[in-house]
Amino acid sequence: MAELAHSTPPAVPPIAEEQAVSPWKEAWKSFRKNKLAIVGLSIVLFFILIALFADFIAPYEFADQKLADKHLPPSSEHLFGTDQFGRDILSRVIYGARISLGVGFISVAGSVIVGSFLGIIAGYYGKWVDTIISRFFDILLAFPSILLAIAVVAVLGPSLRNALIAIAIINVPTFGRLLRSRVLTVKEEEYITAAKAIGMTDSRILIHHILPNSLAPIIVQGTLAIATAIIEAAALGFLGMGAQPPAPEWGKMLADSREFILDAPWTVLFPGLAIMLTVLGFNLMGDGLRDALDPRMKN
Amino acid sequence: MFSYTIRRLTALIPVLLGMTFIVFMMIRAIPGNPAQIILGQQATKKAMAALTKELGLDRPWPTQFWEYLSGIFTGDLGVSLKSRVPISEEIWPYLAATIELSLVAMLIAIVIGVNAGIISAWFQNSWFDYVAMVVALIGVSMPIFWLGLMEQYIVAIQWDLLPTTGRDNIRDPVEAVTNFYLIDSLLNNRFDQFIEVIRHLILPGIALGTIPMAIIARMTRSSMLEVMRSDYIRTARAKGMKMFWVVYKHSLKNALIPVVTVIGLQTGLLLGGAILTETIFGWPGIGTYIYEAISYRDYPVIQSGILVVAAIFVLINLVVDLLYAAIDPRIKYK
Repeated sequence: MAELAHSTPPAVPPIAEEQAVSPWKEAWKSFRKNKLAIVGLSIVLFFILIALFADFIAPYEFADQKLADKHLPPSSEHLFGTDQFGRDILSRVIYGARISLGVGFISVAGSVIVGSFLGIIAGYYGKWVDTIISRFFDILLAFPSILLAIAVVAVLGPSLRNALIAIAIINVPTFGRLLRSRVLTVKEEEYITAAKAIGMTDSRILIHHILPNSLAPIIVQGTLAIATAIIEAAALGFLGMGAQPPAPEWGKMLADSREFILDAPWTVLFPGLAIMLTVLGFNLMGDGLRDALDPRMKN
Repeated sequence: MFSYTIRRLTALIPVLLGMTFIVFMMIRAIPGNPAQIILGQQATKKAMAALTKELGLDRPWPTQFWEYLSGIFTGDLGVSLKSRVPISEEIWPYLAATIELSLVAMLIAIVIGVNAGIISAWFQNSWFDYVAMVVALIGVSMPIFWLGLMEQYIVAIQWDLLPTTGRDNIRDPVEAVTNFYLIDSLLNNRFDQFIEVIRHLILPGIALGTIPMAIIARMTRSSMLEVMRSDYIRTARAKGMKMFWVVYKHSLKNALIPVVTVIGLQTGLLLGGAILTETIFGWPGIGTYIYEAISYRDYPVIQSGILVVAAIFVLINLVVDLLYAAIDPRIKYK
């Protein structure tokens, strides 16, 4: 008996230590190990820096026209060449990062706020409130997203602001549904019953318990939504329904240059590459965040 | 299964009604006087009054909605302001062009995507796996319109291999019967035209098919990897079955279930992508139809075009759900 008791390994302390690590730190640890995710994060940071410091980095003004220099191929003076008005494409791509990232972040922030609000109300109050809001989401999701965006812009008129609103609207149901299902699961937890029992108000429960519990999936979905938002903004710009000239929006740049593709292919090459790289960055980062934050995806 | 189908169909009614209402509200949500916006600044009072009456905007909107709805039930999609032809009469050729392009794009996406996914899973961590997955990652992030432009520049202009725009040779157009040119050219016994139609389909088909192809490849790979770790696959290999058959017969059957869902979802999304692809390749489809209507402010066409595409989108999603239940007997619906 004595021998048996002696052989029991003292396994308690290390486990306790591991439990002390916050879930966010643990997520960062697993995110850091994911090479593709780090590549994504670097691309995203790179474009954020470019957008923030465009004034210092860009060699020329984005709207500076110099007709004598039109359609110059890439050279040491104009690294990405010039467009049909002699504007420096590198500078326009750099300033364009501001527009694309801006639209991405702002529209997704709008979708998150409106979507979360509707989703939480639907999930928490249930019954007819839930039915109405959920049906509304179903109807919005019943449209192919770019089509809904086109419809919104067709009504409001073409402009960058309206494109941003359109993109925000099409992403609302994504976040609404996410928060709703989140609320439905969390609502049944014992600590929510406990919170109710000690007399916490609904709004306090929502803000202190339910929202923090939904943060991880919002971050994951938000990152991926930024990627789609950037592509959609570019698509609307390309169709002439987004940013208007002389704004150096990447999609609009493609549309304006396409007729010159034969003489000046670089005018089409670089804005497209910029869109693709930014979107790739957000996609890689989003995938990595999902693996790191969503325990169900862990192997 | 039967009651499930019925339930899904009834659940569709409020969604379709809601969609119709949103589309109906489009023209009424225009800030200011819609007739003025449509006709422009120089419009006379008389012309504006006439248009307001024609669009029914002078009546209370519940009446308008009721008329719009009953019109749709009898196949009346309104009249195009530009061509003055009933939309239900002129929409079909455009719709057929889009369906043909989408089917070809999906075919390309499935054939290449599923096989790339299978081979990637089969030879996990090989160079093929890495290359395929990097290409798939880039493919997902590719703006369709840019890919289309690059295809045009490299394949059609630089190499002069394929035509840049259109559905057929304009100097020798396909005589429309069903408006599916692949079928029509054969019906007319014109094999040369059939080849020509295929040549026109390749570039837009690839542009439109790239995103679903990438997603299908990734999905097939992960789904195959999961299935290939299961016991019955080990048994199949242990009894000496050739790897090829283990992969293509035993694993694929079970791995395909999630893939089918993805394929269905992507088929719906193709409709959205088709709009962009069509504007690049001058493809006379529904996307071009809507796009041109926007520049003419032809709101009845915009409305009906969007409604038709959205309705098809909803129906495809329904079919996918039903198919999903039919393929996997393990799924039981309450």
